Amino acid sequence: MKKNLLKNPAVQSLIASLLCIFLGLLIGYIVLLFINPAGAWDSIVEVVKNFMHSPRPERQLRSLGTTLVRTAPLLMCALSVLFAYKVGLFNIGVAGQYVAGVCAALYAALAWGWGWLPCMLFALAAGAVLGTLVGLLKAYCNVNEVISGIMLNWITLYTTNMLLSKVKEVASPYTLHLTSNAPQALLPTLGLGRFFSDNQYVTIAVPLAILFAIGVNIVLDRTRFGYELKATGNNRNAAKYCGMAEKRNIILTLVIAGALAGLGGSMLYLTDLEQWSVTATSVPGMGFNGIAATFLGGLNPIGTIFASYFIQHITDGGTNVDLTMYCAQISDLISAIIIYLCGFVLFIKQSMNKRIAKNEELRLQKARLAAEEGGTK
Amino acid sequence: MESPYAIEMLHITKKFPGIIANDDITLQLKKGEIHALLGENGAGKSTLMSVLFGLYQAEEGEIRKDGKPVKINNPNDANDLGIGMVHQHFKLVECFTVLDNIILGVEPNKHGFLQKQEAREKVMALSDKYGLHVNPDALIEDITVGMQQRTEILKMLYRDNEILIFDEPTAVLTPQEIEELMQIMKNLAAEGKSILFISHKLAEIMAVADRCSVLRKGKYIGTVETKNTTMEQLSAMMVGRNVNFHVEKGPCKPGEVILDVEDMSVASKVHKNDAVKHVSFKVRKGEIVCIAGIDGNGQTELVYGLSGLEPLKTGSIRFKGQDITHASIRKRNTSGISHIPEDRHKHGLVLDYSLEYNMVLQRYFEERFTSKAGFLKRAPIREYAERLIEEYDVRSGQGPITPARAMSGGNQQKAIIAREIDKEPDLLIAVQPTRGLDVGAIEFIHKQLIAQRDAGKAVLLVSLELDEVMDVPDRILVMYEGEIVGELDPKTTTQEELGLYMAGAKRDEVKA
Repeated sequence: MKKNLLKNPAVQSLIASLLCIFLGLLIGYIVLLFINPAGAWDSIVEVVKNFMHSPRPERQLRSLGTTLVRTAPLLMCALSVLFAYKVGLFNIGVAGQYVAGVCAALYAALAWGWGWLPCMLFALAAGAVLGTLVGLLKAYCNVNEVISGIMLNWITLYTTNMLLSKVKEVASPYTLHLTSNAPQALLPTLGLGRFFSDNQYVTIAVPLAILFAIGVNIVLDRTRFGYELKATGNNRNAAKYCGMAEKRNIILTLVIAGALAGLGGSMLYLTDLEQWSVTATSVPGMGFNGIAATFLGGLNPIGTIFASYFIQHITDGGTNVDLTMYCAQISDLISAIIIYLCGFVLFIKQSMNKRIAKNEELRLQKARLAAEEGGTK
Repeated sequence: MESPYAIEMLHITKKFPGIIANDDITLQLKKGEIHALLGENGAGKSTLMSVLFGLYQAEEGEIRKDGKPVKINNPNDANDLGIGMVHQHFKLVECFTVLDNIILGVEPNKHGFLQKQEAREKVMALSDKYGLHVNPDALIEDITVGMQQRTEILKMLYRDNEILIFDEPTAVLTPQEIEELMQIMKNLAAEGKSILFISHKLAEIMAVADRCSVLRKGKYIGTVETKNTTMEQLSAMMVGRNVNFHVEKGPCKPGEVILDVEDMSVASKVHKNDAVKHVSFKVRKGEIVCIAGIDGNGQTELVYGLSGLEPLKTGSIRFKGQDITHASIRKRNTSGISHIPEDRHKHGLVLDYSLEYNMVLQRYFEERFTSKAGFLKRAPIREYAERLIEEYDVRSGQGPITPARAMSGGNQQKAIIAREIDKEPDLLIAVQPTRGLDVGAIEFIHKQLIAQRDAGKAVLLVSLELDEVMDVPDRILVMYEGEIVGELDPKTTTQEELGLYMAGAKRDEVKA
């Protein structure tokens, strides 16, 4: 019998992801058409082009580097979501865990003058503490991890604003620049910037995040811990039946998820590319985009690398939209639409499977009918 | 002339792939009668009711209401015809009041505003008329199971249903509540309602029904007047006499006690009464003990208690002389208890895992399969799975890497049995190990169980299949409503006698 290539889950994921991207761009384009038809096509092309926006190759490289710098924390957030999702938990608290990482890293760097490695570890610990809280609540009080995660997001945001107010610039709401105030906390570049037209923000964070993706893949695929996590996620009852420690696994998973997100926070802010605004009234989109990246990546750590890059690519590309034709929020709107559609990967995969099953059923039925008719003649 | 029948299902045939669930079944419900529908699990009762409610369409046969053919395509059609049902598991909103539940879906309203007063009057009138005694303002979660059931009955009456179906209504009730229900059913029939009473409890059928129709394995066996029959006769009709095949086995040589259960009670998930009530029994080396009984009499919960999936409410479990009442599941699994679960998809397998990963589900943590650093040792897992596949003849498309989901039910079961038996347990708990399997697979599994017994292991078999209960074990314990009501010797007992115990018509005081 002919093998149906469409039945291969990896192929399905890929097709579904590409379809989502296409649909997102299409709907984004339609929205632009409604607002101002004149610039719609150019704008959507800008979004897709991102760093190719600039005609000069060295500028292009530099801006590619910046996109990569932002991809690293996004990837960490996506890995955090993915890790929890494998156990059947939806870690929406990733946004708060990311902020906790930012807070810990910046505070340790600016207030205590710590070096980059301790800062990173401190960020990791901060994210892990939040994850622990959610995990304990889930395991022992059966508090839904989505509810406690969202609540903690806000608590973390305002705590961060409060703490980082102590290390902000006098005249602005932004935290102090690390380059001038705490150079010891800047992540080492190992000369990586040279490949991106001397973009000093490209640091070890980028390869490190990719290493973490590979690491997560190995843990999930090759270890006893991963075996237990996936068994619990796939069939909680079977996991209980064979005596896996469910509570311990839930807590441990959320601790690790929190740690990954927290580390992600330090990976961006310890480059000094951005400073934290202590007047922020919403949790940064990085964590939530991580959720989209997880699904767009087909719930696979390696797929997530590419998905994270893509999402960061269009997010950055959005800033190149012509602001004489559209209002300033348009870039966020367009990337939000595309990211939103990215969440539909699982849905598309499901409908693909349904279609395949239906077609096969029809074919079998026809074959049966034909056989019966043949029999009666 | 007016038809004497309220509803008729004539020559209904309903097929599913590979099985005929209803084979030319005729059921005629007279106006104002209580008509029992009797049959074992899998006899086709549920399918027949689903056809009546339009959930399934029958391939052949017709349904008549008052003598006129009707077409029932969905539950709303059934509702329009005045057919109502009290389900075994109530469909009530726990945090609503009795009154709110009754009017749910048919709320009387004026311009979108609820008119509860009107509804309340109608409900109270109905409640008084039939002696239902409900408090319309009580919350469902606060009232007894019996009152919840009366709420369900009122729901049907409020909708002016003429044909009332009770699906095993007594399963969750206390004896006093059953007594009340019987009276209510008689009142309803006296007022001209037609009642279809689905049950496999013979005593209740004899007490309340006018006529009884019997199904067995999808076939219609006959309809009898209860006043002209006996429980023995009904039991014989229900289980049939023909034994399909016989299991070869030598004499049993029981040794020392392996499992000693004392005064065990386990709470129920579906109702407030305990599912297992103060049960005591022993299982010895070298014997197969079978827990027989009709589904839902506490067997599932008994096994959950033994395996650690549910905590005990009272009592203790001793295994090989050790108290394991509070031991973890992992501890029980590793100290010599194997468990072939009732539901292979719910508990037995991780369907998205490969066959080899499922094969090591109970021992992946052992040193031979996991390195000190916590990495799985893939090669030994593959070898181990391959050996079990070979020994137990587990067939699958791609061998060890086949996803469990892609395997047939029989081979999934074989995989579980291989995994559990290869652990060389001292006690093997096998719950409905042959459910849904073909004759060849059943024979294989029975042989495995007997081989375990002959190797000096203790086997606890839980089965709903009468043939299996009669052929495989050395001792039978019958469970009825959470209690062990009889201990029988399969060599001397008959299926009829067993049926009487299972249906609660007969019971002994069983010493532990």
